Amino acid sequence: MSTTHQQQGQRGSEVDSPDRGDKPRSAGGPSPSRHVDPTRRQQAIAAWALALPFTLLFLAFTLGPVLASLGMSVTDMRRVDIRTPFGVNFVGLDNFTKLIEDPLFRKVTLNTLLYLVLGVPLTMAIALFVAVLVNRVNRLKGFFRVGYYLPVVTSIVAVSVVWKYLYRDNGGLFNTVLSWVGVDGPGWLDSTTLALPSLVLMAAWRNFGTLFVIFLAGLQTIPKELNEAAEVDGANGWGRFRHITLPMLRPVMLFGAVITGIGYLQFFEEAFIMTHGGPLDSTRSVTFYTFDQFGFGNLGYAAAASYLLFLAIVVLTFVQFRLLGDREDKVKR
Amino acid sequence: MTTTHSVTHDPKAGEDEAVVAPNQRDDSITTPPWIYAVLLVGLFLVVIPFVWMLISSFKPEAEVRAVPPTWWPETLTLDNYDRLFTQLDFPTYFMNSVIVALSVTVGNVVFCSMLGYALAKLSFPGKKLMFVIVLGTLMVPGVVTFIPLFVLTTKMGLSNTLIGMILPFMAAPFGVFLMRQYISALPDELIQAARIDGAGELRIFASVILPLCGPALATLGILTFLGSWNNFLWPLVVAQTEDKYTLPVALALYAVGQNATQYGLLLAGSVVVVIPVLVLFLFLQRHIMQGIAMTGIK
Repeated sequence: MSTTHQQQGQRGSEVDSPDRGDKPRSAGGPSPSRHVDPTRRQQAIAAWALALPFTLLFLAFTLGPVLASLGMSVTDMRRVDIRTPFGVNFVGLDNFTKLIEDPLFRKVTLNTLLYLVLGVPLTMAIALFVAVLVNRVNRLKGFFRVGYYLPVVTSIVAVSVVWKYLYRDNGGLFNTVLSWVGVDGPGWLDSTTLALPSLVLMAAWRNFGTLFVIFLAGLQTIPKELNEAAEVDGANGWGRFRHITLPMLRPVMLFGAVITGIGYLQFFEEAFIMTHGGPLDSTRSVTFYTFDQFGFGNLGYAAAASYLLFLAIVVLTFVQFRLLGDREDKVKR
Repeated sequence: MTTTHSVTHDPKAGEDEAVVAPNQRDDSITTPPWIYAVLLVGLFLVVIPFVWMLISSFKPEAEVRAVPPTWWPETLTLDNYDRLFTQLDFPTYFMNSVIVALSVTVGNVVFCSMLGYALAKLSFPGKKLMFVIVLGTLMVPGVVTFIPLFVLTTKMGLSNTLIGMILPFMAAPFGVFLMRQYISALPDELIQAARIDGAGELRIFASVILPLCGPALATLGILTFLGSWNNFLWPLVVAQTEDKYTLPVALALYAVGQNATQYGLLLAGSVVVVIPVLVLFLFLQRHIMQGIAMTGIK
């Protein structure tokens, strides 16, 4: 069973050497595929035959569009230009400056950052709390793991419909329960201050299961002896959590923060269904804004907006992987 | 949310980790009862939206909107489900979702395992570059590609067709990554032996490697199916007439359209979207948990 740090280390080396699979052959004794040319050519032909279907689809529908989107972002392309895509005008960075000057784009950027800074800690805290508890039970472990994971496999559209019903001002489940303790619940989705946090709460409920399963696997790699030794030394439960569990889980948690952060930066469906971006654009996200601009037919402008989001995701990922990489060096030293 | 990361390179190790916890198994310390209590309450909170969805979907429209709500339907009715068929065309949406999800799944299982094998075990020019590019596109958000994809599918005459929904998702980088990870861990000796026996490269892939990939193919298939079933943005862009809607598209457009207040109908629709995948998950959860351990992806 590999430990958390080994896992991270392996990941790093995997990325660096994609042809790791060949190494044992080239290192250990004569290998026909390495030294006999005809066989090697045969192998290359076979490899390309196997790679071809994926490569064609990938070029046409993934890599091509990624580059095309960048190209479109510096043009004034509109929906009517689809017939003659090369007849559009080059406008340089105009779309980007227009975006930055648009008050609505600034607002949706701020909203998206709010989704990120509210959503990531909340989702991670719930996942960590549940993972630590489930890690301590001897029975029903599998039952809890499956149960807490359930929301992850469900459609965001469907759960948004359900939660909109739960959040209803009058007769919604939340406000009914609140009324038992004498609280007159607000209209969760009708308030410019409450709507966004309400959507985040639902998203945390829908998403924490993934992190929970990852954290649980991480917790199970922490040697029991560490906790036992700390207990002998008189550390209480909180002390052990602070000084053993958290540091040992750090790489897994940073990874969890990356994937969760990428998710919240793309926030869209929940707001589309539950609030339509309102009230007063208080829940509109960058993806929502891009979708709207696409709907208005402003393809070049929408592509520019989507690239700014892409850039934010790359920066976030890069920063967090740097943190993760630094951590690994320290551990190795 | 779709993102990737490798947590372990040996699928077997991942399996053990996800299913058993050796250092906890022999734990002689008894668990304090309050932990079970907290976890059961937490689990109740997690499943209550599904329970409430199910219960409410069997109430007549007036009772669905009752203040205060009734806990158990005073009048049990299938009326909401009936309206999914009469007022809306749910069988069509359901079939569209099934066709799209199955096609996307088959495409990914076939194409990703082919490329995954080539990247894991064969040497060919351009291999390293291809791996880096495919891996690099893993974190590209859907919102970046959908606009050029819309232009492309329109040009190809595929707008408002199921093929237009399927084709762009038939070859996803995630699957290549997963299959390559798994096949890398298979012993090279198998391939060497088959080569000595005179088997051709494609033959080795089909009759030596693929039969050993069962767990990885199952994981890839299930995760791809779930992802496609729940996919929303792209089908929403492609589908322009009702007969091409998938379930999430239909549900979303009714939920924001003139049916927005018909909660009974919408909740019954949600049941139709959610319950099949929940059942599928409960039967196949082992493979999904393995998949998360293998790749860290949901």
